[in-house]
Amino acid sequence: MTQILAIALGAVLVNNFILSQFLGICPFMGVSKKIDTALGMGMAVIFVMGVASAVNYPINKYLLLPNDLIFMQTVTYILVIASLVQFVEMFLQKAVPSLYEALGVYLPLITTNCAVLGVVLQNTQKTYNFIESVTYGVTGGIGFLVAIVLFASIRERLEFAVCPKSFEGFPIALVTASLLALAFMGFSGLKIW
Amino acid sequence: MNTVLLAPIILGVLGIVFGAVLAFASKVFAVEKDPREEEIASILPGANCGGCGYPGCSGYANAVVKGIAPVNACSPGGADLAKQIAEIMGVEAEIGARRVAEVLCSGHGCDKLRYDYVGLSDCRAMVKVSSGPLQCTYGCLGGGTCEQVCQFDAIHIVNGVAVVDPDACVACNQCVEVCPKNLIHMIPLKTKRHVAVNCHSEAKGAEVRKSCDDGCIGCGLCVKACPKEGAIVVENNLAKINYDLCIGCGLCAQACPRKTITIDGKVPEPKPKKEDKLTPQDSKEAAVAQDKNAPVPDGVRTAPASKDLDTPAEMLQKQAERHAEKKITDPK
Repeated sequence: MTQILAIALGAVLVNNFILSQFLGICPFMGVSKKIDTALGMGMAVIFVMGVASAVNYPINKYLLLPNDLIFMQTVTYILVIASLVQFVEMFLQKAVPSLYEALGVYLPLITTNCAVLGVVLQNTQKTYNFIESVTYGVTGGIGFLVAIVLFASIRERLEFAVCPKSFEGFPIALVTASLLALAFMGFSGLKIW
Repeated sequence: MNTVLLAPIILGVLGIVFGAVLAFASKVFAVEKDPREEEIASILPGANCGGCGYPGCSGYANAVVKGIAPVNACSPGGADLAKQIAEIMGVEAEIGARRVAEVLCSGHGCDKLRYDYVGLSDCRAMVKVSSGPLQCTYGCLGGGTCEQVCQFDAIHIVNGVAVVDPDACVACNQCVEVCPKNLIHMIPLKTKRHVAVNCHSEAKGAEVRKSCDDGCIGCGLCVKACPKEGAIVVENNLAKINYDLCIGCGLCAQACPRKTITIDGKVPEPKPKKEDKLTPQDSKEAAVAQDKNAPVPDGVRTAPASKDLDTPAEMLQKQAERHAEKKITDPK
């Protein structure tokens, strides 16, 4: 149990996917202009990361490991994640239209999110079991949500600010992101036991 | 050797399996889409301005097909587009009057400040500092937030006040929503001549006079000049035009002692023609009376001091009534 809690805390704060590991920067910069869209993206990431962790675990354990195909992990995971997201999208559109509309355009966007690939690769690297993998996936998504919502709320205010012409737009957003990452370094000493 | 063979086999099998599952799923989970939705989406402007109240053009197309949204809700597309959508949907389009944004402030109080504002040039930020630096707490701050949000280059800050370019405005509502003073309103252009009250101040007359050169003091002369009852009313010390009733005659603008009301954006000649025929003595008295009368709010002035002498306000009113009768009866 402590292990699960440690994984969760680590994924949300200490090893935050965006602000400590710098994975998934693309959607982090792309859809963080408004808090609403940031929330939608964060929710979609939580969902996909959790499902991807759960699906990739058996594929790794029963298909790749016994056949000595660890080097094929990245390719296989990309294949699995891409088809999974497509499948989930179709399924949601039919079965849970309300959730499909809530996630909207963000669901297919995540297909190529490196944070999702990152979480499944780290699951194998750290030899997590099934429950730990899913925990890491879901809490990693929560970490993503926290980071992107914080960042979006800063950016909403940042838009009023006067800044040098050459810094307008993405440059100042990147500077802000780095300051946010520095702030998250404060969590690096956090330990649960 | 074994590994080299196994790798492509496993990956190939996985690919085939996933491909088959996806192909199968696309049949099983197929959601029928109305072909009209795509058709409508293709003719919409695609600016995704959100003026219709739906998330983007595709959201609006969806709502139209579902029958929730009216076919004429797309302001940028205008009447032509409404007709096209109506054709696709097989209904009659009710084409409303073209609407444009109107800034309800003349900006003639923009140099009268309570304090020097130093900070971000954004109205949303300015308004947080004691409602902005202007003496008139209702007036346009000129921070240019509306200019920034306008995607159609239709609103600009000119001499410290936002001015709409009616030709470029597509009534997308962006500026209306962003203005922290709620100064910008969508107004239908129905009549030949467009009459507008360029003030949004609900302050009392005396206060308005201090803070602005031509703010509405709620004197009510316009109401009396108006030939259509209810087309212009004074509420909370502020004249408001009801565009459902306004016929665009512009008599209110002529009657306005503060030049607050404009016709097609211009202040008309305030002087009624009949005043020329007054005797010198009369006009002198009238001038004095007007001076006294102008700042006094509506209720006070309606009790005339003497029955014999027409106050200038009454003369104006009578003249306006005559004008109005002529104007209304003529075209019919």
